[in-house]
Amino acid sequence: MKFTRRSLLVAASLAVTLALSPAQAQDKFIVVSSTTSTQDSGLFGHILPIFKAKTGIDVRVVAQGTGQALDTGRRGDADVVFVHDKVAEEKFVADGFSPERREVMYNDFVLIGPKSDPAKVAGSKDIAGSLKKIAEAKAPFASRGDKSGTHAAELRLWRVAAIDLEKDKGTWYRELGQGMGPTLNTAAGMNAYVLADRATWLSFKNRADLTIVVEGDQRLFNQYGIMLVNPAKHAHVKKDLGQTFIDWITSPEGQKAIADYKIGGESLFFPNFRKAGT
Amino acid sequence: MYDLSAAFGAALRMVAGFDPALMGIVALSVKVSLAAVAIATVLGLPLGAAVALGRFPGRRGMIVVLNALMGLPPVVVGLLVYLLLSRSGPLGPLGLLFTPPAMIIAQAILITPIVAALARQVVEDAWTEYQEQLRSLGAPPRRAVWTLLWDTRFSLVTVVLAGFGRAAAEVGAVIMVGGNIDGVTRVMTTAIALETSKGDLPLALGLGLILITLVLAANAAAYTIKEVAQRRLG
Repeated sequence: MKFTRRSLLVAASLAVTLALSPAQAQDKFIVVSSTTSTQDSGLFGHILPIFKAKTGIDVRVVAQGTGQALDTGRRGDADVVFVHDKVAEEKFVADGFSPERREVMYNDFVLIGPKSDPAKVAGSKDIAGSLKKIAEAKAPFASRGDKSGTHAAELRLWRVAAIDLEKDKGTWYRELGQGMGPTLNTAAGMNAYVLADRATWLSFKNRADLTIVVEGDQRLFNQYGIMLVNPAKHAHVKKDLGQTFIDWITSPEGQKAIADYKIGGESLFFPNFRKAGT
Repeated sequence: MYDLSAAFGAALRMVAGFDPALMGIVALSVKVSLAAVAIATVLGLPLGAAVALGRFPGRRGMIVVLNALMGLPPVVVGLLVYLLLSRSGPLGPLGLLFTPPAMIIAQAILITPIVAALARQVVEDAWTEYQEQLRSLGAPPRRAVWTLLWDTRFSLVTVVLAGFGRAAAEVGAVIMVGGNIDGVTRVMTTAIALETSKGDLPLALGLGLILITLVLAANAAAYTIKEVAQRRLG
């Protein structure tokens, strides 16, 4: 056997062609930039096969923090954005990056903390008061610190609690700049309090000594919205396929698929799409 | 201890069950890394040999740069390729972001310097040894490049394997430009990152064990082929 330069080149080009081929094989797909919570909780794994069976459209989910997911949409790298930060989403629409925002579903945030509960907040339904106690006790708190929807919600709650983080944060307040899962892993490692969305918490396995300490406050409401990336800004956006997905997920069938997704008998997300004006 | 045994259990179950999702992820990992290695080999070997034999101004600087590029931070390469391939970037119209070719490009950029820099060293050492002979035969430098690459081919297998190892183990760049999309751009390393973020550490470690086994198998195969070929062709 003589393997020469030419056979090497042939092998190389063959390998490249092989690797490139599957990308072109299926054309009917959209890219959805969404949050880690919807992906890590397993929601997409449950609803996307139902959608695909009905429409034949493959939904490719890129899971990022809400801030990054919106940016992916802004750059035109996704067809649809599905996130949870109402303020940032409304700005996205106002800036012309999407023609319309629809509310799809909600769940809630929960305050997670160590069972030893150094700040004595367990069982409270008052998130603002609890955060205040954590700050006063200087108990370790792990923050996402990544401009995600959960991070934005956390910062709003500190403001509601009248804690000025810029002034009051000491070594007890730890900004990680990580996704929800890695932040929970870190919090489990250092027995810190942490704000999490309920879906990620329910499907999270490495809980160590952590448990839910505060839940049920109305201010912990967590709304998810969906938006088509504006084809007027990015001509390549798959407008029809993307709109098909948005129409389906806000249809009775899509909403039922969301409600049907449960872990241990517990629903993770609650559909709440309402047509404008109703 | 419990976590470790659970990881071995998870790994065994996945492998024994021929989990189709896992097989797809493994296949994509291998495909992407092989394609990147192929590109890096075609570009890197001649480049390394040319730098080894060439006498041109700035050669020393180029060697230092090549060696330094072996340590390219994957996350920076990922970001760079991301910005290039993004719809808002210069290569946006190609629509390559979040596809396997984007991952191949990022990995090829990462490992071409590794292949080139190591090949440069191997070829240069051989050149010091055979210089006299090649000169006396009157071989022109262009021919010398190929002769030396051919003569050092068994050492160069290790060079290519170093590139493959880096490609297969890399996560920072491929997760950024591939997006870790289920069934499309999810490879072993990004799957491990995902399971870790879900807090399923045993499953993540189980996937890790499979990845290590794969790299080990690839190296064993390459070593065997090299041994056999070396014995036949001397």
